[in-house]
Amino acid sequence: MRVPMTSLERVLTTLSQREPDRVPLFLLLTMHGARELGLSIESYFSRPEYVVEGQLRLRGKYRNDCFYPFFHAAIELEAWGGEVLYTEDGPPNAGPPIITDPKQILALTPPRVSDSPGLLKVLEAIRGLKDRGGDEVPIIAVVMSPFSLPIMQLGFNAYFDLMFERPELFARLLALNQAFCRDWANAQLAAGATAICYFDPMSSPTIVTPGEFRKSALPIARQTIAGIKGPVAMHFASGRCEAIFDDLPQTGAAVIGVSVLDDLAALKQRAAGRLTLLGNLNGIAMRRWTTAQAEAEVKAAIAAAGSGGGFILSDNHGEIPYQVPDETLLVIADAVQRWGTYPLKVGDAPLDPASHS
Amino acid sequence: MQTQDSIEVFLDALLSMDRVVARRMLVDLNPEAALIDIVEPLVVPALERIGVLWEQGEVSLSQVYMSGRICEEIIDELLPACDLRRIDQPAMAIAVLDDHHFLGKRMVCSVLRASGYELKDYGAVDGRTLVERVMRDQIRILLISTLMLPSALRVRAVKDALERMGCRPLIVVGGAPFRFDAELWREVGADAMAGTAAEGISIVRALIERLTARSD
Repeated sequence: MRVPMTSLERVLTTLSQREPDRVPLFLLLTMHGARELGLSIESYFSRPEYVVEGQLRLRGKYRNDCFYPFFHAAIELEAWGGEVLYTEDGPPNAGPPIITDPKQILALTPPRVSDSPGLLKVLEAIRGLKDRGGDEVPIIAVVMSPFSLPIMQLGFNAYFDLMFERPELFARLLALNQAFCRDWANAQLAAGATAICYFDPMSSPTIVTPGEFRKSALPIARQTIAGIKGPVAMHFASGRCEAIFDDLPQTGAAVIGVSVLDDLAALKQRAAGRLTLLGNLNGIAMRRWTTAQAEAEVKAAIAAAGSGGGFILSDNHGEIPYQVPDETLLVIADAVQRWGTYPLKVGDAPLDPASHS
Repeated sequence: MQTQDSIEVFLDALLSMDRVVARRMLVDLNPEAALIDIVEPLVVPALERIGVLWEQGEVSLSQVYMSGRICEEIIDELLPACDLRRIDQPAMAIAVLDDHHFLGKRMVCSVLRASGYELKDYGAVDGRTLVERVMRDQIRILLISTLMLPSALRVRAVKDALERMGCRPLIVVGGAPFRFDAELWREVGADAMAGTAAEGISIVRALIERLTARSD
């Protein structure tokens, strides 16, 4: 009988494009920790020890192969002087943009991590997970890319206007964000994070053209990731990546988050041992999945991308909605054990999730 | 009547963000023409086509956004909001529910205005404020944009509150949660879902016909 790998061994094996004992599972749960502890989402994120306890319980419950000490995206905007808006049933959201006039960019300076109480809480949670979780579980920390943070700093439409009509201010803002992003990523690695998930929805061809990506986002990603002292996954938060996929090895990222809108099997072929794929379960639709459909979705994803390693099963957004019931998550976790154990047997039954809906 | 070639040229001008060519093509149409004669031949088919291309992953949101904005600017210049040649329509409004992400709303506003419709823009509002404004303005068609799943789910509460007050506007929803869950718009009690901003044009047109048929 084979000795099961630790989560870290499983992940490192798949990253080296070999088959581990089973497909690693990254259930990217943030708010569900609050439910485990019987706390409101706002209370839960108010203390790093709650997040540590939440992540430990979630991992125990779902046999997750990572800790995910990501609080919420708005925590970075808060560091820049923005507001975080809490709700009872969803991720804390960014308040109004902090840049209301593009000229403000001229006087803007990046915040220091050490001066940002919200970011310090995240670092404390990472340290807590490192202390209590040991070295067997990868800790995946998160940064917003310099190219995507302006969505919150300016608002989406004002950001498009800046990009197309004020190129000098656009370039300055990206440079400021780049300095912050690198510092924030490295602070999380120094606190004990194993890898950084570089969230960059703006780079997706869903949002900008491949030409705009190559002109602006790709150089920034390459420079920023080169300055991050650890492995990096690039994630488009549900956005497509097929049209820029062949450019992605240049960024230095080892893992790519894949959308449910992408063809996972086709991308696996194109990855050809160069990149590991992360994805691509539909978190929004997951809320209403039946047991049979949840199992079929897991099986289909593994059949599309599991062979030969280089694949981590996850949702396609980087955060599973609070509304997804525990029962569905348990079915997903069980299905990974059943269908994700190598050598894969996913060809033994129908794979079409639609047939189970 | 415009040829398919003209539509292609106009489409290319929008996708490459070439305001000069786009403007010239619209201005060269008869300046005394009714709005429908200006927007129907070029603007509507081009914006609808861009919406389809975005759904197919062929163009980006930045192109969708800038295309709508360019068309809106030109149409506003040719036909200001008070111009009698604009479309006569029931009261219509748009809002972002419980969020500060305005892009979806902005794009829908642009394509509808560029297509000759007028609508009130409530900005970002919570459910209670939205209900109050819809009641106050006697809105018949309400467009709600959301980005996050919790906001999308709160459309149901808005609909129920309006019904309790005897107000039954037709509700059109749009935004990422509805694109990733094809059943969600029905679950929250909406009358339609626009997968793209441009799809809002044909939906609004159909809903206006529905309202007209009701009142006949």
